[in-house]
Parts: sequence; C-alpha cells; structure tokens
Amino acid sequence: MERSFFARNPSVMIFIGMLGLFTLAITVMSEAYGTSAISTSLVKTLGMTLCLCLIALAMDLVWGYCGILSLGHFAFFGLGGYMIGMWIMYARTEAVIVTSLANAPLPPTPTELNDAIAVQIFGVVGGDSFPWMWAFSHSLTLQLMLVVLVPGLLALVFGWLAFRSRVTGVYLSILTQAMTLALSLYLFQNDTGLRGNNGLSGLQNIPGAEDIPQAVTSIWLLWASALALGLGYIAAAWIMSGKFGNVIRGIRDDEPRVRFLGYSVEGYKLFVFTVSAVIAGLAGALYYPQAGIINPDEIAPIASIYLAVWVAIGGRGRLYGAVIGAATVSLLSTWFTGGRAPDVNLGFYNIQWVDWWTVLLGLGFVLVTLFAPKGLGGLIDFVIRKDRA
Amino acid sequence: MSSLLQLSGVSVTFDGFRAINNLSFQIGEPELRAVIGPNGAGKTTFMDIVTGKTRPDEGTVIWGERSVSLLKMSEAQIARAGIGRKFQRPTVFEDQTVAENLMVALKKDRGPFSVLFWRAEPADQTRIEELASEISLVDHLNTQAGILSHGQKQWLEIGMLLAQEPRLLLVDEPAAGMSGAERDHTTELLKEAAKTRAVVVVEHDMDFVRKLDCKVTVLHEGSVLAEGSLDHVTANQEVIDVYLGR
Ligand SMILES: Nc1ncnc2c1ncn2[C@@H]1O[C@H](COP(=O)(O)OP(=O)(O)OP(=O)(O)O)[C@@H](O)[C@H]1O
Ligand SMILES: [Mg+2]
Repeated sequence: MERSFFARNPSVMIFIGMLGLFTLAITVMSEAYGTSAISTSLVKTLGMTLCLCLIALAMDLVWGYCGILSLGHFAFFGLGGYMIGMWIMYARTEAVIVTSLANAPLPPTPTELNDAIAVQIFGVVGGDSFPWMWAFSHSLTLQLMLVVLVPGLLALVFGWLAFRSRVTGVYLSILTQAMTLALSLYLFQNDTGLRGNNGLSGLQNIPGAEDIPQAVTSIWLLWASALALGLGYIAAAWIMSGKFGNVIRGIRDDEPRVRFLGYSVEGYKLFVFTVSAVIAGLAGALYYPQAGIINPDEIAPIASIYLAVWVAIGGRGRLYGAVIGAATVSLLSTWFTGGRAPDVNLGFYNIQWVDWWTVLLGLGFVLVTLFAPKGLGGLIDFVIRKDRA
Repeated sequence: MSSLLQLSGVSVTFDGFRAINNLSFQIGEPELRAVIGPNGAGKTTFMDIVTGKTRPDEGTVIWGERSVSLLKMSEAQIARAGIGRKFQRPTVFEDQTVAENLMVALKKDRGPFSVLFWRAEPADQTRIEELASEISLVDHLNTQAGILSHGQKQWLEIGMLLAQEPRLLLVDEPAAGMSGAERDHTTELLKEAAKTRAVVVVEHDMDFVRKLDCKVTVLHEGSVLAEGSLDHVTANQEVIDVYLGR
C-alpha cells in the first residue's frame, strides 16, 4: 500500500524519461551544442511544441478529468505571453536607448529615459507614455508574478461567476468563447495599452543575453519548456492520483452524486479551472519568447477550439493523451501549413495543403471521435494489453 | 424520541402541477420508516426537497436538535449536516473501483485542500474493507463499479451511504431489480443501519415493506394519506382504493 507516487504511476516515469531523452537528442543535434543536424528554427518549433503540450495538459485537467469543456484557454496562454512580453520589450528598449544615449553630452534623467522608452514602444500606436498596466514592466520578478496572477485571477473571477450560477455544458463552453473573444477584441484596440494589433514583438531577444546567439538561447528555452512540461506533468498526475482525482472524475461523470456526498462541486471546479489557467499562463510565457511575437490574434476563439481538437484526438482523461495529441497535431499543422508539404496533383485538381489541411484535420477529428473515442492515447492501452496477453 | 427531521405544510408546484401538497412528515432517531404510494405520489420529490435538490414553494423543513432550516442550505451542506441519499436509479461512479467509490464517500473533511493532501491510512483501508464485506463486495474491491450487476450497484450505493455515516438515510427503491436473496440481505442492511440512525425507505414491493417491519407512511397526490403499522394502513379503505386495489 505504501508505495511511492512514482511506483503507483509508472506512466509518469516513462513520460519523464522520454521527455529527457528527447531534450537530450535535440541538444546534441543543435547548432549551439552539437552536430548542427537541426536548424535553430526547428529547435524553436520543437520548444514551442512543448509549450503547446503543456497547455494541452492544462486543458485535459479541466476537460478530460473534470468535464468542463473550456473553449477559452488560449486567453490564459496569451495573457501569460503578454505579461512576460512586457518585461522583455521594456528591458530591451531600455538597453537600446541607454546605449544610444551613452555618447550624449549630458546623461539622461530618469524621466527623460522613461519617456524615450515609452515613445519607442508606443510610437507605433501614437502613444508617448506608459499606460498603467505597464507599471511593473521594469521588473522581471513582478512580471513573472503577473504571469501567474493575471490568468489565475481571470479564471478565478470567471469561474466563480459561472460555476456559482451552475452554468454547465455547452453554455459554459460558449461563455468561455465569449471571454476569449472579448479579450482579443479589447486588445486589438490601439489605446488599451498593449499596442493593439501590433502586439508585442522582438520577444526572441532576451534582455541581458544580447550577445548570446539565438542558436544558444533557443536551446535554453527548449530546456525551460521541457522542464515546465515535466513538472506540469508530475503535478497534474499527482493531483489526479489521490482522492482529489476521484472527486474530480466523479464530478465529470455524475455531478449531483458528488454534491449529495457533501462535496461543494463549485469549489472543486473553481480550483481545477484556476490551476489549469495558471498552467496555461506559464506555458504562454515560455512560448512567446520562442515565437518572437504576440498579438491579439493569438487569443482568437479558434485557437482554443483547436486546443480542444488536439486533446480529443490525443485522448482526453489521460495526461499523455493530451501531450501526444498536441504534439502530433500541432507539428503536422506546422508542416502542412508551412508550405513544405508537397501538393497532390489529381489531374483535374491540385490539392494544396495550406488550404486543405483544415479539412484533413476536421476529417481526422471526426474519424477519431467515431472510431477511437479514446484518441491516439487509447492505442497505448491496445499495445499494453497485447503485451500482457 | 425527539424529532430529527420535521416537514410542515410543504408544497411544490411544477408548471402548475402540485407534486407535493401541504405535506407534513416527521421522523426521530433512531427509526426505520417505509414510505409507499402509487407512481407519481411524490415520494422522490419528497426526498428531493429534504436533500435540497428541489426548493418548496411553501412550508418548513427543520433539522436536528438546534432546529435549523434546511431550506437555506445547499445540497452539499445538507449532506454534510448528516443526510445521505440513495437514488432510485443506482448512481455510483462507474469509472472508478468499488474501493474508490467507498473512499470518496468516507466521512472525512470535504474541503478541496484537505482532500488534495488526503492519503488513505491503514484505518481507512480497514473501514473500506469492513463496509465492502457488509455489502458483500469484498471480493470486488478493485472492480470497476460500471461492470457490477444492477443489484451490486444498489448495494455499493448503500455502502457509500453507510460510509458517509449520516444521521438520516433516504433510500429510494433499494430492492428494485434484486433477486429474493439479495432483497433479504438488503433488508438486513437497512434494519441494521436503522438501529443507530433514522432511515426512510421508499419501496413499491409490499413483501419487502413487510419484512422491514416498521411504521409506514402512505403518500398520495403529494400528501400523507395514512400512517401507522403496515396492517393498519393496508386496512384503510382509502389506501386500498388508490394504491392496493389497482
Ligand atoms: N422536475 C420536475 N418537473 C416536473 N414535474 C415533476 C418533476 N419532478 C417530479 N415531477 C412530477 O411530480 C410527480 C411526483 O413525482 P415523483 O417522482 O416524486 O413520484 P414518485 O412517488 O417517486 O413516483 P415513482 O413511484 O414512480 O418513483 C410526478 O407526476 C412527476 O411527473
Ligand atoms: Mg420515485
């Protein structure tokens, strides 16, 4: 009975082992630390994929385990990205301006410096001073706290209002779509303080690491993403392995029953939803420095719908399923829409994957739903059972 | 015997239809009580009211020594106050094992944070095994509840109720779909439980009710038609007309 958490959950060790091997393999093939077999841009794509796996994990917690089909998780992901992006833009711009003013006859006063940074950042939207929400952007520590706090608080308030009124099922999904749509429309405006549709850019230039080549920073970010995914996986598996997991799965399968056992279902949902939003925010904070740019388009409702599709294809209700789904589908999507997939010429019609990928994805989704309701992750059951037989 | 639960003048209307009509009901602790009545008499709705699922339009529902009103409490609060419920259709967590179902029901702190850090101690393990043997499922502790037979699910749900250690148990049609031997075992379980607490059993099967050997309340059209021993109520002409004589 008194076996350790890892002994009771062998899949966690297997996952961590595979993640470690993957990270090591990429490192020894990278331009920075190895044979240069793979390009820096591929390293970035893979690092970003790890972040997408992390948000898929967060999605699986709320949807696969707790039955809340959130179609707004990219709002939390994007907010995490914006929070870290603000610090990167501020610190980078500050460094550039300090250098350019180094030869001025008089050193700039703090106010002059601040104004110069503001003009540099907000000139593009016609601004020349810092909006209130940039109050902490000079401090990495404070912005890192906001990476957790902003998505967490949004989820807490949204969840409290929605769960308390017992909004469930498709109505809740629609509300989450409305939330992410509203946030994206709000951010699209130039005067809301986050540079409207320009978004935050140049995020690949990590402040303080100006002299370090992208090949190296990309590997660092890959390591950070792998670490976050590994820790997120362990945390999620631990949360779901005990009685808490039983209650959560009970809520998914029979909410009234859990209530009549004396558990306040709303509190549990709120807990899971908020934890999941925080994980999504962290994933976003690691993703956008690799992507280099974030704009309100990233928070558009469709992004969160894709997330649900990844998790469904991978297999919800099992953590590795979410990871497999996110990795497979997002990498395929990059390949198909990146213009590198060869066109298929049918003679009378030329299939261009950039256009037809969405159709293929939709078809895949329908097929998985019909023929493999447990998703790609369910295939692993199949293999294990064959082994035992 | 002081009263544990007391309903007075309770009425509920669904879309103009009076499912419960000026109902008054009272039970003490310990006591075993059978509630019978034709289909649609309001038996399940009565349980819905007590457990907070349905809010009455009028009337009072008073609980315990301190006479608190249940009407202002949520379902979860009512459950924590000591009222457990078995549904008419057996509802267990089909995706989880028998042991997990019982573990979730065990009387422990229900707050998310204490549940998060809770791990079964040997004493809890023993208690789960005890409960499982009471409901004849000790060989199925690691079986998924979904693949149990209908009768076994009914027992598991009763086991979950016992694990909650409620002061009042509301049991809706526990013998439905059970064989003769299974019924007898269920009777024993309920009678045993009623030695230390209040138990209300809704049942259609008269043989089953007879074996419970307790006071009977007959519901009809949302109010009490007769109350007393089984022989007393079955001799009542009105009861014969609306229920027994069908
Ligand atoms: N939520 C509801 N909305 C509308 N009508 C309802 C609702 N719940 C119950 N009713 C009606 O109230 C009446 C009483 O129903 P209830 O389920 O309490 O009967 P019952 O005595 O448990 O019957 P049975 O023996 O068939 O289980 C029925 O006519 C039913 O259709
Ligand atoms: Mg009923």
